[in-house]
Amino acid sequence: MLAKRIIPCLDVKDGRTVKGVNFVNLRDAGDPVDFARLYSEQGADELVFLDIAASHEGRKTFVDVVSRVAEAVSIPFTVGGGIHELDDVSRMLDAGADKVSLNSAILRNPKLIDDIAAKFGSQVCVAAIDARCEEDGTWACYLNGGRIRTEYNLFDWAREAQERGAGEILFTSMDHDGVKQGFPNDALARLSDNLTIPVIASGGAGTREHFADAFRLGHADAALAASVFHFGEILIPELKAWLREQGISVRL
Amino acid sequence: MKVAVIKYNAGNICSVVNALHRVGVEPCVTDDPALIRAAERVIFPGQGSAAPTMTYLRESGLDAVIASLMQPVLGICIGQQLLCGHSEEGNVDCLGIFPGTVVQKFTAPAGVHLKVPHMGWNSVEELTSPLFDGLKEGDFVYFVHSYYVPDSPLSIASTEYGGVRFSAAMRRGNFYATQFHPEKSGNVGERIIRNFIHLCHD
Repeated sequence: MLAKRIIPCLDVKDGRTVKGVNFVNLRDAGDPVDFARLYSEQGADELVFLDIAASHEGRKTFVDVVSRVAEAVSIPFTVGGGIHELDDVSRMLDAGADKVSLNSAILRNPKLIDDIAAKFGSQVCVAAIDARCEEDGTWACYLNGGRIRTEYNLFDWAREAQERGAGEILFTSMDHDGVKQGFPNDALARLSDNLTIPVIASGGAGTREHFADAFRLGHADAALAASVFHFGEILIPELKAWLREQGISVRL
Repeated sequence: MKVAVIKYNAGNICSVVNALHRVGVEPCVTDDPALIRAAERVIFPGQGSAAPTMTYLRESGLDAVIASLMQPVLGICIGQQLLCGHSEEGNVDCLGIFPGTVVQKFTAPAGVHLKVPHMGWNSVEELTSPLFDGLKEGDFVYFVHSYYVPDSPLSIASTEYGGVRFSAAMRRGNFYATQFHPEKSGNVGERIIRNFIHLCHD
């Protein structure tokens, strides 16, 4: 039986792991390769690394981190941040990443999804979407780490990304991210039910119940979190054992 | 142990090489028929789609090289599908090592919301090969694919997705294959790779 996936996410800046709270206030939380090994041993199903460095030097450091992670762990991992064109995708896959996650770049140039899918296969392309529920109840997609609002609606854009060849959708609600009050399960369920590719719920987990809700109520295929794992507030083996007790299929 | 990883126009060779390094093997990544034939173990990895990959294998002559191999060979993912008789992906004849097998696309049964590709960790059952020594029924391995090979007498492991039970792994003679990615399947996958390297070949 296909398992629901638990995915720790590591934000990497200049070779170190950091985690933003509501996209600001970066905190240093350690060496990404150590985390990768630890999470793999603990039973994480996949890993995501986001490069949040802006500088050229930081980018080079990140490629090195990707290679070292690929050597160290035997579970799939996705990398994102700073991927704007096919050459960036090649560089990450050559370094050993299994998938790439794109956000602003594909909103600016949706055809990039078609190009990645044609050249490397859909399974490589994760369409990451940062969205916010506006006052009128519509979900708007945002660019540049949530700084620039676009005209794209979450559900329309996710559908377009799927049709262009994205292999998965990674959906972050900006209002839920980092505040540990749970995932936006209504929006997640609507998204998941309207797509034929897997949906990863991202941002908002504070308790193990939040993960169960993302799977049961939000129909998510996978759930991603960062600080609750990095700071040991939730331990992955305990989380997965508990989810299985709740009747949710997980890999133990 | 001389292990060759066949280099061709499909991705994901890097992961296989890293996985071999983790079990202490330094493989030779090559498309040279002499090096492939001389290896004690051959891995035929990959990610890609069937039709362009078969075209490449035919034009490069690797199709005949693979078919002629006598040592243990492990096909992974598209590697398993290319060892079959025919693939509906691009409607192409494949290498025919697993005769009579036809690679099919996942289709949702009526009323079922099926996500394709089948992506993630799924449990494997009916494990009937030394390739799986040390594994338990129901252990999880990592899959990413949109096409599958139906269960057949050649199956040595089976799994289920979207109401279909299909081959998670196959064997005929010296040819072994997995639909899943052992190189991405954590400790379980590492055990399978070790088992393949240490298979008693008669």
